[in-house]
Amino acid sequence: MASFRYLCCIAAAVLASFAPAQAARNSITLGMQLEPPHLDPTSAAAGAIDQVLYANVFEGLTRFAADGSIIPGLARQWEISGDGRIYTFDLAPDVTFHDGSRMDARDVKFTLDRARAETSANAQKGLFTGISSIDILSDTRVRITLAEPDGQFLFNLAWGDAVIVAEESIADIRTTPVGTGPFRFNRWIKGDRIILKRNPDYWGEPALLEEATFRFIADPSASYAAMMAGDIDAFPGYPAPETLAQFEADPRFRVTRGSTEGETILAINNKAEHFSDRLVRKAVAHAIDRRAIIDGAMFGYGTPIGTHFAPHHPDYLDLTEISEYDPGKARALLAEAGYPDGFATTLKLPPPSYARRGGEIIQAQLRDVGISAEIITLEWAQWLEEVFRGKDYGLTIVSHTEPFDIGIYARPDYYFQYDNPAFQDLMARLKKENNPAERRRLSQQAQRIIAEDYVNGYLFQLPQTGVINRKIVGLWENAPTQATDLTAVYWQD
Amino acid sequence: MLAYLVRKAVLLAASLLMASLLVFALIEVIPGDPAAYMLGINARADTLLALRAELGLDAAAPLRYWQWISGMMTGDFGISYTYRVPVLDIVLERLAVSVPLALYALVLAVAMAFPAAIMAAHRKGSRGDRALLVMTQIGIAVPNFWLAILLVYVFSLMLGWFSAGGFDGWSEGVAQGMKALTLPAIALALPQAAILARVMRESLIETLREDYIRTARAKGLTRFQALFRHGLRNALIPVLTILGMQFSFLLAGAIIIENVFFLPGLGRLVFQAIAQRDLILVESVVFLLMVAVMTVTFLVDVAYALVDPRIRGGRP
Repeated sequence: MASFRYLCCIAAAVLASFAPAQAARNSITLGMQLEPPHLDPTSAAAGAIDQVLYANVFEGLTRFAADGSIIPGLARQWEISGDGRIYTFDLAPDVTFHDGSRMDARDVKFTLDRARAETSANAQKGLFTGISSIDILSDTRVRITLAEPDGQFLFNLAWGDAVIVAEESIADIRTTPVGTGPFRFNRWIKGDRIILKRNPDYWGEPALLEEATFRFIADPSASYAAMMAGDIDAFPGYPAPETLAQFEADPRFRVTRGSTEGETILAINNKAEHFSDRLVRKAVAHAIDRRAIIDGAMFGYGTPIGTHFAPHHPDYLDLTEISEYDPGKARALLAEAGYPDGFATTLKLPPPSYARRGGEIIQAQLRDVGISAEIITLEWAQWLEEVFRGKDYGLTIVSHTEPFDIGIYARPDYYFQYDNPAFQDLMARLKKENNPAERRRLSQQAQRIIAEDYVNGYLFQLPQTGVINRKIVGLWENAPTQATDLTAVYWQD
Repeated sequence: MLAYLVRKAVLLAASLLMASLLVFALIEVIPGDPAAYMLGINARADTLLALRAELGLDAAAPLRYWQWISGMMTGDFGISYTYRVPVLDIVLERLAVSVPLALYALVLAVAMAFPAAIMAAHRKGSRGDRALLVMTQIGIAVPNFWLAILLVYVFSLMLGWFSAGGFDGWSEGVAQGMKALTLPAIALALPQAAILARVMRESLIETLREDYIRTARAKGLTRFQALFRHGLRNALIPVLTILGMQFSFLLAGAIIIENVFFLPGLGRLVFQAIAQRDLILVESVVFLLMVAVMTVTFLVDVAYALVDPRIRGGRP
């Protein structure tokens, strides 16, 4: 009798251990390094907000696809007037917000008016400033008129900062986001996790997962432990590249190597002493060995770049040769510029490891050609104040993660302090241009100008290294925007 | 006794006022604008101004200090800049993890240290005593984050008994919550237990040399009985000081452990808030921690007076 009871216990234990594995099939737990400060994508620059909510909970008129192209979102189709100023959008019919209210043209108008208002705290307000009026034509038809033609407008509408929100639910959006997406916000255990549940009333293709949990693990070694212990099913932006080899060797996992929109650059203060001379900037560019930086700071992950443009973009030009590693040439250029014995400058580094580790390598490479760069480490808030706003620096390392952001070189007051009227003119033409072939020609010309002016040292495209359970299908491998799109994710048997 | 308490209480209030001024001043001089941090590198000047106005950051420093301190008197700690919810709510949420963790660690430390110290003092010089001295030496020397990583490696990765970290919230049940806190509590408790055991052993040995123990022994009590009935109470005084300090340390200083186990505790909250320049949150939490430390010190002083009547009269 005793042995029968014993057997029953074992059977129960075995069954119990199977049960969660079965249930886990339609839910997923994802790891994330940073926790969103709040849940309103339209009023903070925190990428962590989009990483949880973009395409899952909130949708815009257009959206980014996995390859970075722009596809229809809540706007199923659109017409653009001949002069490129008037966009007429047809919205998907029968769309409801998660609170049951209808999504229609009034919500579109409310969203965009809110984003471009004078008191707006939208971190990307610049995306909407070209709008001159928004007219409701019917429940599902809306017309947006721009002050000037803008070839980037559909792209701008795909940003997380442009997702459609409703007036009725805006007051509590920071804690209880109400969108139109395939997942509903369920619960936020602050400091630990956010849980989303499938939206059964979704207007489009329903999500395959029943539930998704985002857990916040800031520490790289804790991320490793959580992944190895099976607490996390997928970590799309895995923060500890030094441990990736172990995951690659483990049959339970798949390691993905994707690209992001992050151009990592050695930014140069173009108005600072020494660096206002193009020859000096050129010398800096030739003093840098990108491969050594990628290997030393990124454990080999990252694509070398020669200009400020994402290599996965169809219009990208590989210009790395313009600034190839040649310390001899760098020394000669410095002598030509009047600094045969080099000079001293500052290298101010923000917290990310690409900057801290990369900074030490760059310091050594610059020392090799005679430039002595004093490393000063800063926190983000300090970096924003001192380097970004105060422009008090010689050199700095940072990754620019906004998509298609070459336009920042047309802003003479930007922290690079690069002032080239010809480039500014080119950007103005690109902005108005709608023809794809012409846009391509102009953006390639722009890439070449900044590479040949050696505005900054172009290092590498920030990689998106992910560790994913082998049975999970459908997660993005690249990050065309900071999102974890779960709409097509499922578990394979 | 009453005069003693009043004197201590006045001192506590004055220290708190000084502390609040100091915290506010220190945090004001750190460079970094919370609004700029939130809006990132694409922010336009007009957006920045709008957000600064919305957060009330455009007011002068003395006015903000007054608003902060007068708000706290009425239990209003202000609204967090980054999270945009009342500071008090966030802090209470985090305390629900940090206080149980600190208490758990303290109980574990006491449970390990007290019996060991009593046995060691009772048989001073024995093999067990020498072993305890070696073990406590190691316990003090080992950093607790290293211990934490080791615990994760053994009990989560190798044995799979615990998850590698995280906290499901008390809504999932007390047992579940305690389980999540067990490894972190052990990592925190071991070094504390080592210190505690050493101090207590010394103190007990000291006490055993006192005349009143000899008297008690002369009256026929065994060495152990004398130690337990008369010695322990007096030997507790230095131990109480250490315990008081340890609780404050455990409450505020668990930042690294909270990071290793990704626990949503107060330490990690402060850490994040400093990076994000959520000044009002940092100010309030640091101030609350100071209140906690000072109050614990005050209570320890009171406990002294209760344990040892000699203190009430003479020393402040």
